[in-house]
Amino acid sequence: MKLRNTEHRETIVLQMTPMIDIVFQLLVFFVFTFKIVLPEGDFSIRMPSASASTTSQPSETPLLKVRLIANDEGELVSVQLGDIPLQDQPFLELQTQIRSLIGDAGGPGSTEQEVEIEADYHLKYRYAMNAITAITGYIENGEQHKLVERVRFAPLPDK
Amino acid sequence: MRIRPKTDTKIAEGDLTPMIDMTFQLIAFFMLVINFSEVEQDQRVQLPASELAKPPSSPYEQPFTIHLTRNDQYLFGGATLSQLSLLESALLKETQIIKRHTSKKIEEVTIIIRADENAKTGQVQEVIQICQKLKFEKFALRGKYSDIPTLGGS
Repeated sequence: MKLRNTEHRETIVLQMTPMIDIVFQLLVFFVFTFKIVLPEGDFSIRMPSASASTTSQPSETPLLKVRLIANDEGELVSVQLGDIPLQDQPFLELQTQIRSLIGDAGGPGSTEQEVEIEADYHLKYRYAMNAITAITGYIENGEQHKLVERVRFAPLPDK
Repeated sequence: MRIRPKTDTKIAEGDLTPMIDMTFQLIAFFMLVINFSEVEQDQRVQLPASELAKPPSSPYEQPFTIHLTRNDQYLFGGATLSQLSLLESALLKETQIIKRHTSKKIEEVTIIIRADENAKTGQVQEVIQICQKLKFEKFALRGKYSDIPTLGGS
């Protein structure tokens, strides 16, 4: 039996260049398509037009009105819930008032109650967002609790 | 002069393994964080923060996004509009397209409003009003999620 000559064994060199080419292509693609997306969320509100809403059945629960008053620069001056003025930390107070009004003592949020926000035209939108946050829910022990889901803006006065 | 023999010269090969390792790590990272969803964001709009602003559980079906900048400009469908009437006519065109080419009802289309935190609330209301006039009913007021409470206090 003839043995093969093992002396002349050659080392196999892998061709790395095509792989590195492709890998860089992929890397460049991902780098260029990368886009930082900030976490965003929505407050969903259903607001049919005024003419459509008048035809619907009137709600039995009274409408809560939140008034946001602004100065000329658009900064918040005061907040009123109905006739009650809310003074320091108005949005926290607003949330406390709404929690006591709809009585969410351990129960689910009120889906029937409706809140109308009447804000001054020049008010900065972040205050309106604060009001919506205070009205729609709160976070306790890391859990989100719902309060009033039906929020709407009051119609703008005619110019 | 003595000449060195040429036969001893060898090809110097760098070790590519660490580089390839790093490159694969980068590719894996980008593959995980890449997001192909068409999220309409605009750098001109700084959203108001809210701890309750959580992303919707299911994406809206072909929503319309209206941006409102702090400089009283409306951004809709890639165009910058300076007047409310222009926004109204652009929306009117879109509603006509929906009516003619789809079976969807206007009432079921969601309007996403991305207003800047310093935009005027009245302008947001105006946008809502013109949408209501065109029979839109569903609105989503967008805010950026915040870990810290935004209402004040602890």
